Amino acid sequence: MLEIRDLVVSYGAVRALHGVSLRVERGEIVTLIGCNGAGKSTTLRAVSGMVRPASGTIEFEGRSIARMKPHEIVRLGMAHCPEGRGIFANMTVEENLRLGAFTRDDAEGIAADHERALTLFPRLRERLRQSAGTLSGGEQQMLAIGRAILTRPRLLLLDEPSLGLAPQVVRTIFQIIREINAAGTTILLVEQNAHMALKVAHRAYVLEVGKIEMEGPAADLAASDEVRKAYLGVA
Amino acid sequence: MDQFLQTLMGALAIGSLYALIALGYTMVYGILKFINFAHSDVVVLGAWGSLVFARWAERTAGWSQTPWYLGGVVLIAAMVLCGTVGFLVERLAYKPLRRAPRINVLITAIGVSLFLQNTGQLEAVFGTRPASIPRLVGDRTIAQIGLVKIEMLDVVGLFTALSFMLGLDWLVFRTKIGRAMRAVSFNPQTAGLMGVPVDRVISFTFVLGSMLAATGGFLWALKYSQVNQPADTGWTLLGLKAFVAAVVGGIGNVRGAMLGGLAIGLLEQFGSAYLSSSLSDVYVFSLLIVVLLFRPSGILGSTAVEKV
Ligand SMILES: Nc1ncnc2c1ncn2[C@@H]1O[C@H](COP(=O)(O)OP(=O)(O)O)[C@@H](O)[C@H]1O
Ligand SMILES: [Mg+2]
Repeated sequence: MLEIRDLVVSYGAVRALHGVSLRVERGEIVTLIGCNGAGKSTTLRAVSGMVRPASGTIEFEGRSIARMKPHEIVRLGMAHCPEGRGIFANMTVEENLRLGAFTRDDAEGIAADHERALTLFPRLRERLRQSAGTLSGGEQQMLAIGRAILTRPRLLLLDEPSLGLAPQVVRTIFQIIREINAAGTTILLVEQNAHMALKVAHRAYVLEVGKIEMEGPAADLAASDEVRKAYLGVA
Repeated sequence: MDQFLQTLMGALAIGSLYALIALGYTMVYGILKFINFAHSDVVVLGAWGSLVFARWAERTAGWSQTPWYLGGVVLIAAMVLCGTVGFLVERLAYKPLRRAPRINVLITAIGVSLFLQNTGQLEAVFGTRPASIPRLVGDRTIAQIGLVKIEMLDVVGLFTALSFMLGLDWLVFRTKIGRAMRAVSFNPQTAGLMGVPVDRVISFTFVLGSMLAATGGFLWALKYSQVNQPADTGWTLLGLKAFVAAVVGGIGNVRGAMLGGLAIGLLEQFGSAYLSSSLSDVYVFSLLIVVLLFRPSGILGSTAVEKV
């Protein structure tokens, strides 16, 4: 579904990715783990068109998307929940959700997905008319994911959905990620919380300073000594 | 009482003009975070465009009496003209600087302003002499309260300005494109991730702001019937006051610009009528100083911080 080959991305003189290759198959949850500054967010930004790769290819469902703009890529069926959630704090929860459906005009489909997002996150239903800026961190993350669902993506990119959330909220979010995947959406999940990410994912990649260092089934990586030492905090 | 009513009418008329122009400053600031110095020159273009269209229409049609709808047609023509110029200015001058430091964009805006001003002064364009616009609205008094005459022209002007403001408010807060505008203004990158075509929304915003500027210029020309030459300091002062209105209301805030425009109109007119008319500009800029001292983000400006 998604195929990245030899992706190189620079921010001015700083090279953030030195030839990253990874693949996501339809129906999978794939996680990309790594330390702060490894280049995880940069990888997602390149995929969704927010940054231009210096070289390398990105194919989504067989189509090259490396030179496309973000709003064109969304229309192809990919949603990106960015790092920091990207909530529009100047609007209500309802307006944020409606923006998720910006590219669509099938009123019935939108209504159905709207209902689905609110069923997944009942807390949003109570707060529809509230300004999104007043939501707690966990609720904002729910809103970001709910809003992404409204674009009706076949591939969902999630950038550190657990960042800064209480353990209980993190569990809820990961449970929802599983449900969204079970309902047919492919997921590429970026996380520093390797412990949770490896539990929920089918396959995993480990990114270190702009290069993929390891890859394999999530369970195998979770069991490997290197990952246990470096990312799971097991001595 | 008579003086009060008279002053109030005048204040609303001029205040709604400031508001129309302030909207252009505030919308562009909201979306690109820079002050479009060339905005007041688009107002000038609106006034002169209206004048040229109206004269041309009268000359070619040879009416014995100006038809009632001519004003509307002239306004639409001025809006199309200004909208096109606004679109081109954004495309040619500002868009290439999307990633440049803000100071570059500001300097470019000053350059665009000088360019428009000087082009306007060419003999083949509008020239350097003032001219008067044909009467487009019947010279009629539609009501009289005491000694106060309610003029047709004032009513039409106020009605036009207010309905455009209400229309814009509806567009920004109730429609899909308005939601997209607010999204781009808050965070263009995230707006792109929602599928919002950011560059097109920016173009749209410029066109919209320029059309409101055209309306401001048109109404100004009708109100004063004499249109000053494009580089006249009166235009600069008008632009400056509208800009103050935008800042007082909270720059980037559409409702704030309307409120600020009306507030400045009221202050200026009541100050002139009841205190001293020679200080009318002083009141306006004093208000700016007071607002900047005590509420720097403006009356309706947000002080909210983004939660991370
Ligand atoms: N906008 C930016 N400008 C310059 N350097 C950046 C920018 N964003 C990220 N970087 C650099 O790129 C590298 C990768 O960052 P990032 O992709 O955010 O890592 P991660 O998401 O894994 O923490 C880091 O060294 C970071 O400092
Ligand atoms: Mg990151």
